[in-house]
Formats: sequence, C-alpha cells, structure tokens
Amino acid sequence: MSWQPCVGLEVHVQLSTDSKMFCACPAEFGGEPNTRCCPVCLGLPGSLPVPNQEAIEHVLRTGLALNCQVAERCRFARKNYLYPDLAKNYQISQYDEPLTQDGYIDLDVNGQPVHIRIRRAHLEEDTGKNIHLLDGCSVVDYNRSGVPLMEVVTEPDFTSADEVRVYLTELRRILRYIGVSDADMEKGQMRCEPTVNLRNLQTDEATPKTEIKNLNSIRSVYEAVRYEIARQLRALETDEPLVQETRRWDETARQTVSMRRKETADDYMYFPDPDLVPLEPSSDWVADIRASIAELPTARRRRFVEEYGLPEYDASVLTEEKAVADYFEAVAAASGDPKAASNWVMTEVLRYLNEEGVTVDRFPLSPECVAELIALTADGTLSATIAREVFARACRDGRSPRQIVEQDGLAQISDTSELAKLVDEAIAANPKAVEDFRAGKEKALGAIVGHIMRTTKGQANPQLVNDLLRQKLSAS
Amino acid sequence: MPEIKREEVLHVANNLARLELSDDEVERLQYELGRIMEYFLELQKIDTRDVDITSHVLPMTNVLRDDQPGECLSQEDALSNAPDKIEGFFRVPRILEE
Ligand SMILES: [Zn+2]
Repeated sequence: MSWQPCVGLEVHVQLSTDSKMFCACPAEFGGEPNTRCCPVCLGLPGSLPVPNQEAIEHVLRTGLALNCQVAERCRFARKNYLYPDLAKNYQISQYDEPLTQDGYIDLDVNGQPVHIRIRRAHLEEDTGKNIHLLDGCSVVDYNRSGVPLMEVVTEPDFTSADEVRVYLTELRRILRYIGVSDADMEKGQMRCEPTVNLRNLQTDEATPKTEIKNLNSIRSVYEAVRYEIARQLRALETDEPLVQETRRWDETARQTVSMRRKETADDYMYFPDPDLVPLEPSSDWVADIRASIAELPTARRRRFVEEYGLPEYDASVLTEEKAVADYFEAVAAASGDPKAASNWVMTEVLRYLNEEGVTVDRFPLSPECVAELIALTADGTLSATIAREVFARACRDGRSPRQIVEQDGLAQISDTSELAKLVDEAIAANPKAVEDFRAGKEKALGAIVGHIMRTTKGQANPQLVNDLLRQKLSAS
Repeated sequence: MPEIKREEVLHVANNLARLELSDDEVERLQYELGRIMEYFLELQKIDTRDVDITSHVLPMTNVLRDDQPGECLSQEDALSNAPDKIEGFFRVPRILEE
C-alpha cells in the first residue's frame, strides 16, 4: 500500500509597519512592559479600532505576489476566546471573507517543479505576551497586542519535508522582496504551524491530522515535518493508533511530543466585527499595488541566467536578497561586464558583508567603485591579487580604487625591461631552482616566480614573468 | 415563550462569559433570556434569504488610517484599572499553557 504524506502550512508573518493594526501605538519590538498601549489595544470600553492602510496593502501585495484573487468586498471578524493574551476577549481576524484567496506558488524542489495552492492570505492582530511566574500567577504585557499579523495558509499539497523547506525559504524571500516583512523565523517575525497526515492513494483513507507547534527556524520545521511523516508511517506499520492532536517539536530531543488532544472542537463564535466597516479594494487601488511589486526572486533568477549568462547557482546566490541583486545589477551596468561583476559581488562583497555582519545598504563601496576595479583589472593595471588588496583598502578608508593605485603605488609591473631586470636577479638568487628546472623539473619554476612576486609584493604581472623566465632559461 | 434551561444559562455564564451567578440570578436570566428569544423568534419570521448580514449600520467602506505612530498611555495609566498588577505587568490568575 502506498501512503502519501499530506502537509499543509499556516504561516504567520509580522508585517513591517510603524504603527499597530487598529491603533496608533508604535509596532516596534521591545519597550518596557505595557508602555506601547492605548485604549484600543487594551480593549477599554468605548474605544474604536481603525485599520492601518499600510498593513492592508502589505497583505494585498503578498496575495498578488502569490497569485491570489483579491476580495471585492470583505470584513473583519471577531474570533472569541478566553485567554488573557488579548484584553478584549476576542481577536480581530478574518473568517469567511479573507482579503485574498485561491492563489498558488510554483517551486523548484531539487530540480523538480512543485505546484502548491495557496488557500488564503488574510489579516489579523497579534496578541500580547504571557509570562508564567513561579508563584502560580501569570503576567501580561500588551506591547505586542494589536501588531499587524498576516496569515498565509496553503492547501495540504506538500508531500515531503524538502518541499516545505523550499516553500518557506521562497516565501521568506518573496516577503522580503516586496518589503512586507523581514520574515526572520528566529526573531519570531515568521511563525509556522504545519499540519501533517498520510493519505492512502488507492483507498483515499487518511490518518488523523496532527498539528506541530514550537518551531522557530526553517530547519526545525523541516526536521519536525520529516520526523512526523516517519512517525506516522511507523505507526501504520506497527498498527499503533494515531489520533488527531497537537504535537510540540522538542528541539533538544529532535522529536515531536504530544501536547493535548482536542476533546471538543474550538468554538470561536466568529461574527463580523461591528466596530469596523467593510473593505472594498477598488480596482485602481489593487492595480497600483500590483504595479508597486518589483520583479519577484524567481523571475529575476531566470532573467540573470538568460540576460547575463550566469550559472544557475550564481544567479540564485545573487537574487537571494533584493538589495544584493540590485547592487549586482548596478555593478554590471557600470562595468559592462556582468561575469566580472558577479565574481566580485559573490566573492569579495558578500564576504565583506558576512564578516562585518552588515547588509548591502551599509556596504562602503559604491557600485561604480567596484566597476572601476573591474576596469583596472581588465586593462592589466591590477593583478587579481592586488585588485583584492585595493578592494580591502577602499573598504577601509573610502578612497577610490584609482586613487589607491596611484597614491600607494600598487599598479602592476608590466614594463618588460623592468621585469627583465627582476627576472635576472631572481635567476641569480636561485641557482638550485634554475638547475632543477633545466634538469626537467617543471615545478622548480614556481620557486623563481615566487621569489619575484615576493620582492615586488605581488605587483609583477605573473603571466609576463612566466613568459620572460621561460625565454631566459631556455635561451642560455 | 421558549424555555431556557438552567444548564443553558450556566453554560453561557460559566463557560463562555466566565461569570459567577447566584441561584436567583440564574432564575431571573432564564426568564429574561426567554423573553429575548421570544423576540428573536418574531424576527425569524421575516424572509432574509437574499439579505446580507448587517455588520454595520452605516453604508460606509474603507475607513482607514495612515501608518503614523502616535501617543500611547503611560504605563501607570495603562495599568490604572487593573485589579492586580506587578512591576509594570497585568497580573492574572494562572493560565494553563496551551
Ligand atoms: Zn494601541
């Protein structure tokens, strides 16, 4: 019998806005407890929520990027529950009228195309934070209460943990590209709850669904889904009973553990929120938002391969972050040499960003500077090694590559008569290597070249040195 | 008048609204909720098949605000109505972890 894993994902994303969803309190993370609160987000009687336009546009932007339909008319709903993380005893969410729905995303999973349907992307508010004290009481901080939260729900279309990992990586990339969230799982800006079960392809029989919680990195989602699929398959083989339940990912034990069984279905008594009027996104508004969406990562990756002739791998590294891709394109345009631009950005620029722990907008060299280095290397002024040294000095003190070459005397020595002198000196200083080379040991040449590069601090044109040396050694 | 059972009042009060009621109050609410239900049964007679749910009485849409942060309450004001507080936090009875 063949059982196929069916995984669906609910992803919550904190949207990048300056203020909260329904009030003007700052949405920024942190702060002393209960200092970013007002009557609205504290649920005080008589206060009225007004939706944040930017948050709504973020959801529309996301929905459009995920090929969703935008609702012509929709409402916010109250999700009623008794838990003090929200002071109102309900969360403002969306129920049967989401802002966007029925989309899809096409993924490349280890070279295979995978089509995942997106059920909906809707808007709700985040909750406050409960802290449980040892004395048996709990305390609440409502600073996060009311921060805009987007929920992106897929259909149960994933059949492996690999697909889930690729989806989350791509979703995060898209969210960053369109500027709706930094979507960092480690920082809680993106949270994911997978639902896992198995379906028998012949009989259509299915195992009960389990929901996995406490996942705070893409890696742990991947491992938890893989574990859960394996656990359910094993249970089927050994005739162990499977139940519908919520399981928690134990990061240390690297396994899912049972949390609770649902005795009764949750009854949230959803109803349209009478404090909020309906939303009717006009076609003009939606068209503006659609136009504001920049080229998405997949399209850009494809274009980099076709337009610049870059290898797939390089294109995917360069398009990982929008700002890096923009930077690369600026260098490519300024230098007219996309291959060299790609090499510089992928090696030196990304290494600098990594080592300094900064983003590309804080990178000290302008794209024109890097283009200048490319030009200086192409015309033979700089060897590859010296060019890297000039790059490092430019990053350090902000001088342009040309200035550095002139002021620090770093131009490559390509003058043949000067090189000939250096070669003669090196031959005189390395009689043993000369003898070995003449006796047929090719490798001995390296020692003589090394001598020249050392005395010129790497500035001698290595190709010319090689040629001259061979000439001299075979002539005499 | 439709009969509202004692258990129904207790379910709504204890489980949904988290209210503690005396026996007298339960009895009074059985009667009052019965009257309310009676009125709703009257409304039920109207054919509303083609009528959308009224969630708002004003014919308005798209009332939105710009994403501009404004003033908040001070921590002291935020906590001023709290029955119990500690070090800037609201203090609540123990919550069982989900
Ligand atoms: Zn507020």
